[in-house]
Amino acid sequence: MLETVFNRLFLVTFLASTIRMATPILLAALGEIYTEKSGVLNISLEAQMLTAALAGFIGAYYTQNNWLGLLLGMLAGILISLLFALLTVSLRADQIVVGITLNLFALGLTTFIYRVLFGVAVIPPHVEPMVEVHIPVLSDLPVIGPVLFQQKAVVYLTFLLVPIAHWFLFRTTIGLKIRSVGEYPLAAETVGINVTRTRYLCILLSGLGTGLGGAFLSVGQLARFTDNMTAGRGFIALAIVIFGQWKPYRAALAALIFAAADALQLSLQAVGVQIPSQFLLMLPYGVTVLAMIFVARRATAPAALAQPYVKEG
Amino acid sequence: MAPILCMRGITKHFPGVLANDRIDLEVEEGEIHALLGENGAGKTTLMNILYGLYEPQEGEIVFQGRPIKVSSPHQAIGLGIGMVHQHFMLIPVFTVAENIILGLRSSRGLVLDMEQVQRRILDLSERYGLGIDPNAYIWQLPVGLQQRVEIIKALYRGAKLLILDEPTAVLTPQETRELFHILRSLAQQGTSIIFISHKLNEVMAISDRVTVLRDGRVVNTVLTRETSQTELACMMVGREVVLRIERPPPAPGEPVLEVNDLHALNDKGLPALEGVSLRVHRGEILGLAGVDGNGQIELAESLVGLRRPTGGKILVKGRDVTGSLPSTLIRMGVACIPQDRKAIGSIGEFSLAENVILGSHDQPPFARHGLLNRQAIRRYCQHLISEFDVRTPGVDLQARALSGGNLQKLILAREVSRPHDILIAVQPTRGLDVGATEFVYRRLLEERQNGKAILLISTELDEVLCLSDRIAVIYEGRIVGEMRAEEAVAEEIGLLIAGSRREIGIGRRDESRSTADRKNSFAKETRERV
Ligand SMILES: Nc1ncnc2c1ncn2[C@@H]1O[C@H](COP(=O)(O)OP(=O)(O)OP(=O)(O)O)[C@@H](O)[C@H]1O
Ligand SMILES: [Mg+2]
Repeated sequence: MLETVFNRLFLVTFLASTIRMATPILLAALGEIYTEKSGVLNISLEAQMLTAALAGFIGAYYTQNNWLGLLLGMLAGILISLLFALLTVSLRADQIVVGITLNLFALGLTTFIYRVLFGVAVIPPHVEPMVEVHIPVLSDLPVIGPVLFQQKAVVYLTFLLVPIAHWFLFRTTIGLKIRSVGEYPLAAETVGINVTRTRYLCILLSGLGTGLGGAFLSVGQLARFTDNMTAGRGFIALAIVIFGQWKPYRAALAALIFAAADALQLSLQAVGVQIPSQFLLMLPYGVTVLAMIFVARRATAPAALAQPYVKEG
Repeated sequence: MAPILCMRGITKHFPGVLANDRIDLEVEEGEIHALLGENGAGKTTLMNILYGLYEPQEGEIVFQGRPIKVSSPHQAIGLGIGMVHQHFMLIPVFTVAENIILGLRSSRGLVLDMEQVQRRILDLSERYGLGIDPNAYIWQLPVGLQQRVEIIKALYRGAKLLILDEPTAVLTPQETRELFHILRSLAQQGTSIIFISHKLNEVMAISDRVTVLRDGRVVNTVLTRETSQTELACMMVGREVVLRIERPPPAPGEPVLEVNDLHALNDKGLPALEGVSLRVHRGEILGLAGVDGNGQIELAESLVGLRRPTGGKILVKGRDVTGSLPSTLIRMGVACIPQDRKAIGSIGEFSLAENVILGSHDQPPFARHGLLNRQAIRRYCQHLISEFDVRTPGVDLQARALSGGNLQKLILAREVSRPHDILIAVQPTRGLDVGATEFVYRRLLEERQNGKAILLISTELDEVLCLSDRIAVIYEGRIVGEMRAEEAVAEEIGLLIAGSRREIGIGRRDESRSTADRKNSFAKETRERV
């Protein structure tokens, strides 16, 4: 049995799916890094992803165009995040309470809408799967080729976003503004930075990324929608932000570790290892908990995280 | 010379308080203009108006010959008005350069141009003798340097007028001298400065003119060289002030507080106390002198149960209370005026009435069977407010709306009015005006006459010399000298404080410590403000 586990095909499949599965979580985590860096803790990632997954699926199903589906998913992500921003930044409601509410709301809403539109079918409706884009030359390399260069377009885009997100946050004036708002909003305000606008910008940006991640889950990976299909990925993304210490590169690494655990349990199930599937399913979450225990203590969050900003005067 | 700033008829009401009442203020170009007044006289309010943080109900401001209306600090900065707040507006995890260019346009569009910024900072730093490293992180810098970063930040934005609100309250004497040097060089090169301080000797030393405020009104504006400390104090308070107080001979009784070989860590986990031993008797004041960041905070926190010592013993009235809870210690008779009145001493969002019963909130007459007796609480607060002369429109005001000095009086009132045998006073007069300082001194001496044991922890050597029966000096977490007040010589204590009796590591460690502390209180304040 060990041979089947460790042969080359297994390895390639495992690594390729690790990268694929890291994509939606990483998208959500990158967005959340921006939000948290601006001092807002948005725990409604799960809601954004799930809503976007459904919206993306609906879009792709009715237009017969996966790209339009992804677009609709991003729109849904932005809408949910706009709602979150309105409630927490403008009305200064508690960020945690709003986040929890949105998560519960989205779970009910998506299940309901899906039933209304598609009923309960024996064979669930699906869309055309997205095709892998083979990068010329590179995709022919052994092992590396199929792992890195035979992926879907969204995967490439996501990993390209990592250095861009880093550069933008740490090398540009807007990035500096974002970080200052999350550390000491009053100080930022006194030098003319609009705290409200900056936080809105970050939250919406995050809605965009998370929306794409959610839609990629339904349209890009499974080609269909199932109830609660995000299965806690939004929360994993939250953990990854902390694990990645609010830095894009580290977050990418963290997302890969989590996805590896997830891919491993899938691959092991596929080859029929004699471990109860419930234990295998727990693996990625267990890894996250362990990571949090060891890393979270050392991480320093933005000083003004989760605090509404109230102007004086 | 034409004045750079003219404020005319500025009036600002807060609910129940007339904080500024038709104030006129003129500042010349290149002048250092001191603003003096009791706690709550309206100095900070006036400056906040000039800086665009508050809007006045009446009055006009003319700056550089043009009438202006400032509705935000951003606008003020754009006009050339810079302000260094008491609580620095700096981001601890950013570098000096990042803090300075925050919110400014970059010459490279969207991309930060750190190299050019660093060059300009170094230029400014050299021109005014500031000694700033643009690449240092704020949290690594001692308070004095952080303040200079604030000054550079204003200069970088082209400030023609610089407001400094009680800049010396947080500085060591050495840092104060350096600051004055910088201010003079700024003024010589044409920058105007408004300087707020309660320390009359500083005002005499640095300013060209002084404007005195009382109860929100201008009492007078005088030339510094034509006035004296006594005259200024008199203008401020409206009566003679005697700072040299009578201290009847001590009559110490049995020891009430004993500290034996106490060890403790600071917030960073580094040793802060390395074997402190002290003894405070009934009816005496033990003054603990030392520069900020040598373990005073950790000592005070250990004594009131906020920090768990890693070794040694604390005895109160002969009973071992090492590591006890604050509530136990309060019941044992330990009272404390903490150093940080905003973060630890009070709860900003609570009313004054709620604040004065903190710590006795579960005792009769304030509470019975777990229910608060609001009537009794308000009456008690009213009583304290009048006895301790806290200037406030009422007992329902939020504590955060009190001026710094009045909040301090309120905490003092709370602590000395509950049953206690020991009073630990940390920097009890920081930020207080001369009148209030005198008042606190009298109360502390009264406490001593009533047979309480008092541990006075202060960085002001004058204060320690003036009040103490015995003086101990703390340096790098150890007591490096102890003497009776009659034998104390200021110069000698000054040397001990600076650690010159020891050869190694002078100043270096205490710098990193005070930075850690600063960062900590900084974070707390940040949390509080938002
Ligand atoms: N935001 C506010 N809301 C209500 N009252 C306020 C507010 N700010 C200040 N006050 C009141 O206005 C008066 C003037 O306060 P201000 O802070 O200007 O005094 P100050 O001269 O700076 O005193 P200190 O020397 O103690 O700092 C005080 O009575 C204070 O209680
Ligand atoms: Mg003030």
